[in-house]
Amino acid sequence: MSFLELRDVSKVYGTGATEVKAIDHVSLNVELGSLVAVMGPSGSGKSTLLTIAGSLEEATTGEVFVNGQSLRQMSRNGKARLRRRTIGYVFQDYNLLAGLTAVENVALPLELDGVGAKSARATASSALDELGIGDRGVRFPDELSGGERQRVAIARAIVGERRLLLADEPSGALDSASSEGVMRMILAACKRGVAAVVVTHEAQLASWADRVVFLRDGHVVDHTVPPPSPEAIIEEGARR
Amino acid sequence: MSVRHALLGLLVDGPKYGFQLRQEFEATTGDVWPLNVGQVYTTLQRLERDGLIAPLDGADEREDQQRGFQITPAGEAELSQWLNTPPDLVAPPRDELVIKVLVALRLPDVDLQEVLQVHRRYVVELMQQWTRLKEDEGELDLALALVVDAELLRLDSVVRWLDAAAGRIKRAELDPPVFDPTSPRLRRRLAVRR
Repeated sequence: MSFLELRDVSKVYGTGATEVKAIDHVSLNVELGSLVAVMGPSGSGKSTLLTIAGSLEEATTGEVFVNGQSLRQMSRNGKARLRRRTIGYVFQDYNLLAGLTAVENVALPLELDGVGAKSARATASSALDELGIGDRGVRFPDELSGGERQRVAIARAIVGERRLLLADEPSGALDSASSEGVMRMILAACKRGVAAVVVTHEAQLASWADRVVFLRDGHVVDHTVPPPSPEAIIEEGARR
Repeated sequence: MSVRHALLGLLVDGPKYGFQLRQEFEATTGDVWPLNVGQVYTTLQRLERDGLIAPLDGADEREDQQRGFQITPAGEAELSQWLNTPPDLVAPPRDELVIKVLVALRLPDVDLQEVLQVHRRYVVELMQQWTRLKEDEGELDLALALVVDAELLRLDSVVRWLDAAAGRIKRAELDPPVFDPTSPRLRRRLAVRR
């Protein structure tokens, strides 16, 4: 069963002459353990799709299910709980709180969910350790490099028992080595059983995904089929 | 690709036999470019003919696979010149993909965005395959990593061109341009490059 399902979802902003359909009858399924990339140009509806999937915005029509539960049927508190416990977000500009250290940023969603401060920080520290920046825990965001800040954001998104990771252009302005590092971390989370959706306009980022969905003018127009083994590409090249 | 110069490069650190050169060639190129034995010996014969390599003492009389070769000073000079000469990238583009899109542009019943998407999907699928090779970084040697990066960046530039073309075509549909590919001025400018 899909952990995230968008069923015929549309989102309309404005009315009458100013009406804009940001996404139009989009359906998407993401299983636990899989990484799906949504690719499309600016204005194609990628970010809207992600905010609706993450319950940050409501669909105008259609249904969104997370872990089999319809967001439409869920109370405000239920959605807030879902966002604290189940869904992790990674944004292009990291969205870290400047007044909190790295470890406090990562611990925050756990503390908001009622986990004791000491235990939350211990869990946050081990999440930072796993991403190779355990020694940066006491630093504030402005004392970290761009790559380190994005690692903190990823740690915050996957800390605890979160099983749905939603990332919007997660490599932002990072250089290619750091971008690759970000995708490796997201892929590692998927290998541990997380379902992930990454929206991007960059093919190099999207190519880390199991499946790439192409969005144009709010519609899903195409998707890749699962690639054959990597060796096949070399054998094919060698035959030429 | 220049097998000839790659073999010269492999002879810089000492004399070698044909089978050894073949193995080292494949390892150097990340095992992505297999080479058949016949190609190695034919290339060695030509390099010898051109004075860029020389057989080891007494190797003249032996079978191909038992002949060892060393690089000559002329071979070293040739290798150095090759390494420092950029490959010819300035030829006028006659990329098949570009031509397909240019032809589609003239056909009234073709959905250009669909044509672009077919190619975009194919290229992204190829990129997914190359990226799979990078997944297990521990198994990736430096040569293979460089080859994979080169392929991914090349394919990425194709997707970027498709995206740019999609944007340009969309804008042109909304606001038809006064672009005339047969304009004498443009043709003259392109002719200069031929």
